Amino acid sequence: MNDQALMEKSREPFLIQRIRAGERSHFHELIRPYERRAFLIAYSVLRNQADAEDAVQQAMLKIFLHLEQLAEADKFAQWAMRVVENEAKMYKRKRHQHLYQSVDEEQEKEGQTKHFRPKQFADWRDLPNEILEQQEVRAAIIESLASLPEIYREIFVLRDMEHLNIAETAEVLGISVPMVKTRLHRARLMMREALSPIFAKPKVSIWERWKGVNPWFAAKR
Amino acid sequence: MVRCKTIIAHLSEYVDGEATPEMCHMIEKHLRGCHRCTAVYDSTRKMLVITGDERVFEIPSGYSARLHRFLDKAILEGSAS
Ligand SMILES: [Zn+2]
Repeated sequence: MNDQALMEKSREPFLIQRIRAGERSHFHELIRPYERRAFLIAYSVLRNQADAEDAVQQAMLKIFLHLEQLAEADKFAQWAMRVVENEAKMYKRKRHQHLYQSVDEEQEKEGQTKHFRPKQFADWRDLPNEILEQQEVRAAIIESLASLPEIYREIFVLRDMEHLNIAETAEVLGISVPMVKTRLHRARLMMREALSPIFAKPKVSIWERWKGVNPWFAAKR
Repeated sequence: MVRCKTIIAHLSEYVDGEATPEMCHMIEKHLRGCHRCTAVYDSTRKMLVITGDERVFEIPSGYSARLHRFLDKAILEGSAS
């Protein structure tokens, strides 16, 4: 956590106290550091920007209305992000009632992916920092993320995109620490598998390699 | 030699620096002699560097402004009742 984030965090109990005392305008400041994370969480569940935005708005309103229920003011982040997560899931249920997957189905899916093993072993090229300036690269990453089952997608977003630690991730998702670890591991393997075709070093044929090291061939060019 | 399956199963912990010293030792020893596991380890690390970058995901423009406008309206209406 950088200094600014730390400072913002230490101000939270104070802000919460002021809001509870009726100074509602402080709510804007309270949630500002979490806007991006909230959007990503909602998006990881809903996979649609407009829906994610709607869900975040509703969730933030709930957070404001139920701020009284937050027992430990220093747990605001985890609590609030849990509210966002639940709101997004509720939104999804309402929106796609016919497509709604029961908990059983989700668990079955988890069973199927339990023995996920890497199949791609090609070396990756070096990925310079500027690579993210390419729209296709960003799109490919988001697309790969979207292809993951929800339980893995949400873990990956919290842990490997938003940099929450394992314990915080467990609190936001309402699951145990060992469960986070297992799912995170699979999520990473699946993401790596999905991204491998894009980031793998291009295969060089034996002929090409020979040409590269053959001094006679190199001199002729 | 330890089986690749065992190494892969602990790779995530290892990447996060949460593997025990014995596990680290075992993994490092294996990686020196196994190209496949090295490829998985190496690509996982490369992946995490880029996916952990804020630029991967662009928040829609105006999102924050719309959120705060919505809250202002909703909260003010709430206080009127
Ligand atoms: Zn191996």
